[in-house]
Amino acid sequence: MPVGLEHYLTVAAILFTLGVFGIFLNRKNVIIILMSIELMLLSVNINLVAFSVFLQDMVGQIFAMLVLTVAAGEAAIGLAILVVYFRNRGSIEVEDINMMKG
Amino acid sequence: MMTTMPDLSPLYAELFLAGAALVLLMLGVFRGEQSARSISGFAVIALIATAGLVLAGGGETVTTFGGSFISDQFAVYMKVVSLLGAAMILVISGPYMQAEKMDRFEYPVLILLATLGMCLMISANDLIALYMGLELQSLALYVIAAFKRNSQRSTEAGLKYFVLGALSSGMYLYGASMLYGFTGSVGFEGIAQSAAAAEVSGGVVIGLVFVAAALAFKISAVPFHMWTPDVYEGAPTPVTAFFAAAPKAAGVALVVRVMIDAFGTMGPQWQQIMIVVSILSMALGAFAAIGQTNIKRLMAYSSIGHMGYALVGLAAGTVEGITGVLVYMAIYVVMNGGVWVCILSMRRAEGMVENIDDLAGLAKNNPTMAFALAVLMFSLAGIPPMAGFFGKFYVFMAAVDAGLITLAVIGLVTSVVGAFYYIRIVKVIYMDEPAAAFDAPASGGMRVVLLGSTAFTILFVVAPSSLVEVAGKAAASLF
Repeated sequence: MPVGLEHYLTVAAILFTLGVFGIFLNRKNVIIILMSIELMLLSVNINLVAFSVFLQDMVGQIFAMLVLTVAAGEAAIGLAILVVYFRNRGSIEVEDINMMKG
Repeated sequence: MMTTMPDLSPLYAELFLAGAALVLLMLGVFRGEQSARSISGFAVIALIATAGLVLAGGGETVTTFGGSFISDQFAVYMKVVSLLGAAMILVISGPYMQAEKMDRFEYPVLILLATLGMCLMISANDLIALYMGLELQSLALYVIAAFKRNSQRSTEAGLKYFVLGALSSGMYLYGASMLYGFTGSVGFEGIAQSAAAAEVSGGVVIGLVFVAAALAFKISAVPFHMWTPDVYEGAPTPVTAFFAAAPKAAGVALVVRVMIDAFGTMGPQWQQIMIVVSILSMALGAFAAIGQTNIKRLMAYSSIGHMGYALVGLAAGTVEGITGVLVYMAIYVVMNGGVWVCILSMRRAEGMVENIDDLAGLAKNNPTMAFALAVLMFSLAGIPPMAGFFGKFYVFMAAVDAGLITLAVIGLVTSVVGAFYYIRIVKVIYMDEPAAAFDAPASGGMRVVLLGSTAFTILFVVAPSSLVEVAGKAAASLF
């Protein structure tokens, strides 16, 4: 069976959904949220590269490179905020993030 | 292979702002912590100079970088609003930052970078440039939300903002990848051409929905508003003031540009989304704010409501509607500046206070500020003859002209409900048992901003057409 565009799109859609659910259903640890965000961004990259090959167009791959770069910056800032948060709070349990409620 | 240098002249203003941010960063690093105040001053000058450069660049429509960057009347208008909004907030941040021992030079530099991101996204003409601008803005905003490093609430606000912001970026990217795949183009013109085809493919609609949802997140429209009250409450007050002003204006500009430029022909599809989002935002902004006691939280719900009103104009989808949105955003940013000056002055010996009840007796202790805050609250509520009334007037008129009478009626009803909590603040100021006075407040810069904002709010009625004409030209450049 040849692997076609739809297979790539299906994998990307599954990974993206896993990422979104990882953010909302996870009740344990903020690190897992960061991993889920990464998973979402990488699933988008699969989409972009698959479309790029399918359309014979380089723009999708350029977009994917830029997404990778920004994702690295985003992860760095996320971890930095998480470190300051941990210093103040002594915990990174998701259930403990409840100083403000409304 | 020969490559030619792209024409840089349309983005001199952005290049200047980027250069200024980097120079000020270096200056801060070499001069150390004591340079924070002077760097903040230079940053204000840089923002105003950038606004001058944007205006000097003129308003004819030019694209560069292979069509991914566009400069037109619309971009000029929204950039000037965002830049001046950011400069205003930077001016009023100073006293708070010094009192809370947070006056580090990174703050003005991050504001400059966030504003640069806003300028780039207002001028973005393809999905990639839009993403880069959006992320430059968002990444800087995540950091300043958590800027009070030793505060649990501030770092929690930063963390929440980061997680939900990253989620919305992910949704935007997924939508963008679908649009790219099903239209074969990332440029707005290319997408518009594919969307104009008789049979629009399902992938394009999915992409549109994801992108619209992500952009609604960025302007905190319901149902993507969950982060707003917590982040507004937790972040340091000047940062909250910044969130409520410039990024909102830039975000709305982004929504307008994407919907009109890229999906202009798919109006019926996205107008439904905008109508629902707008009604929900107006309703939540009106009802959820009633029970709030914390004024920062109240302003968060107020800003959600105001985004709903602005989207009424977009839902109309006509030149008049977009003109209304542009007028609304300019008035909104100016009004907010004044309100936040008052909130930033709520300081007693024991520190900042944030409850609405703490405003009691302001009429006796500081009649000038009490009057200004009352005027601004009437304006936020949309009571004539204040500026806020005209903002609402133009968007509702456009909605009625476009046949969206139900939407306009719901908007009127929610603004009446919303008036309840704005006027309650006026009541607390003038009629409640006086509480202790605030410490001698307001630096010179804060007074100037408060005076300017109040004067604009009162005097707008004299010549509303001057702003409306400029906004009308800006809106017309999109169509």
